[in-house]
Amino acid sequence: MVDLQVRIGSLTLKNPVMPASGTFSEGLARVFSFDDLGALVTKTLTAELRGGNPTPRVAESGQGLLNSIGIPSKGIPYFIEHTLPEYRKSSTPLVVSVSAPTAELFAGAVRQLDVPDIAAIEANISCPNIEEDGKAFAMRASSTAAVVAELRRATALPLWVKLTPNTGDIGAVARAAEDRGADAIVVANTILAMAIDAETFKPRLGGIMGGFSGPAIKPIALRLVYQCAKVVGIPVIGCGGIATAEDAVEFMLAGATAVQVGTATFVRPTAMLDVVGDLAAFCDRKGIAKVSALTGALEDRGMQVDALEALP
Amino acid sequence: MSILTSLPVQTEAGEQAVGAVPSLGAFEVADTRSVVVVNRAINDDYCHLVLEADGPALSARAGQFFNLACPNTAADMPYLRRPMSVYRVSPAQRRVEFLYKVAGAGTRGLATLQPGDTLAILGPLGNGFTLDPRWKNIVVAGRGVGLATLAPLAEAAAEAGIGVTAILSARAKSLVMSAERFERIGARIAVVTDEDGTSDFANVERHLVTYVEAGQADAFFTCGSNRLMLLMKRLAARFNIAGQVALEQQMACGLGMCFCCVRNFETTGGPEQRRVCVEGPVFDLAEALTW
Repeated sequence: MVDLQVRIGSLTLKNPVMPASGTFSEGLARVFSFDDLGALVTKTLTAELRGGNPTPRVAESGQGLLNSIGIPSKGIPYFIEHTLPEYRKSSTPLVVSVSAPTAELFAGAVRQLDVPDIAAIEANISCPNIEEDGKAFAMRASSTAAVVAELRRATALPLWVKLTPNTGDIGAVARAAEDRGADAIVVANTILAMAIDAETFKPRLGGIMGGFSGPAIKPIALRLVYQCAKVVGIPVIGCGGIATAEDAVEFMLAGATAVQVGTATFVRPTAMLDVVGDLAAFCDRKGIAKVSALTGALEDRGMQVDALEALP
Repeated sequence: MSILTSLPVQTEAGEQAVGAVPSLGAFEVADTRSVVVVNRAINDDYCHLVLEADGPALSARAGQFFNLACPNTAADMPYLRRPMSVYRVSPAQRRVEFLYKVAGAGTRGLATLQPGDTLAILGPLGNGFTLDPRWKNIVVAGRGVGLATLAPLAEAAAEAGIGVTAILSARAKSLVMSAERFERIGARIAVVTDEDGTSDFANVERHLVTYVEAGQADAFFTCGSNRLMLLMKRLAARFNIAGQVALEQQMACGLGMCFCCVRNFETTGGPEQRRVCVEGPVFDLAEALTW
């Protein structure tokens, strides 16, 4: 039997597979039991009520998905009263994704989530920070440090910080999150992108630009995980285009302790279960007793990163 | 990545298994691996797909839909699934049927399916039409492929002893969908087309008002035309008649997770966004808004 357990700080997960925020909801329980997943991650909650963006909110482009949803949210009290009880039906640890437009509002939102049966907070700091210039917190190390410090003071729960790929210096951002007390980083989020309908001359998303996800972005997310895992000591959770166990293995080899499966669930609702099952089969075939041994096991010794291509 | 080669059904190589993922038997929605029985063009615009299926798929009701994993072709690699409402479900024959118009990458892929090929269908999804047992007669009016959604509703109504009047609208007579299915249940039928000028608003309104005044319209049902929906909504309000409309929207997951497929609705509490996949696709006609 392969040992699939992984540790994210103080939290032990029965396997390294969990959903990516925004691609999962209690509605998926109509298709399979959540008990077989390593963790559950909610859609991002905001303290304020949000309606979301105009339609079309979705467009496919190559083997990927462009979305401009806009984080519709019914607020945290609604979540605690109506949604949390649904998740409590499963014993799998629940991670609650949170976002806010300022560090102070962010901390306030996280304080409201100090309730039983929430295992960890995932701070989605890829959203715009209206105190600076509307750029996402995680685009810069300085704004990342400021918001993570606030969040660390606001909660005793394990604090995961979800980074954006839309930054020129992911390593510095990752270090800033670690320095200010993050227990783990999630790498990464969707990539800012757009699509145009050449027939109508119109943007294909109601929000003009949106986040790109799916298999098309996997190599980029993998590179980001590799860069982050090189510079932080806290666990890295890989996210971006993971659809199969082989994808999950790649992310773990690059340094991820666990992985999030997102857009793949839209295409194949049982994708996460397949990743769990096939990961065990992979380890079995390779004679790997503990899946955690894959983390950072990339054989890159003696090799150099292409200096002409490499970002900071 | 081929969607079909990565289906979750555990089978021996070469085995043509039909059915829901075995471990998911207790769940109301399944990603069912169906097998194509028939897939052929029935006129210049539309194709008819007959699948053999098993499990929860066979419990689909009129107005519900499936999210189809359309196959890749040499020219197209549709990444997302495509939502499609059920045209007919026959539990005894273990069949689920769809009617579709080849319009883009997904349906071009569907059109390449041959008998014996497999197709993953996630469902049944969404809320179907509801019939009030107090109703004696309903009026259904649809256009184009929208009639494919209304045909199983008309059959369900007939089975419940409710009389059906159907207005079948199309560009041309040769493109009128499913007339025989409405005929078979003894529906009173009015075919209106652009070709002969009978599909215009005023004429359809005259038809509808006639049915209402004859006391043969306890409820209105519509699908497939924005103009028909607006007309029926206006008349339903004027004559205080119940109404339901099946709506579409670009969709990703089909399960209420992604919030891509929202539409705006007018409610007594003000405007509201609802997800077509889980709050619909059938909605109260009085609350539906133009698209």
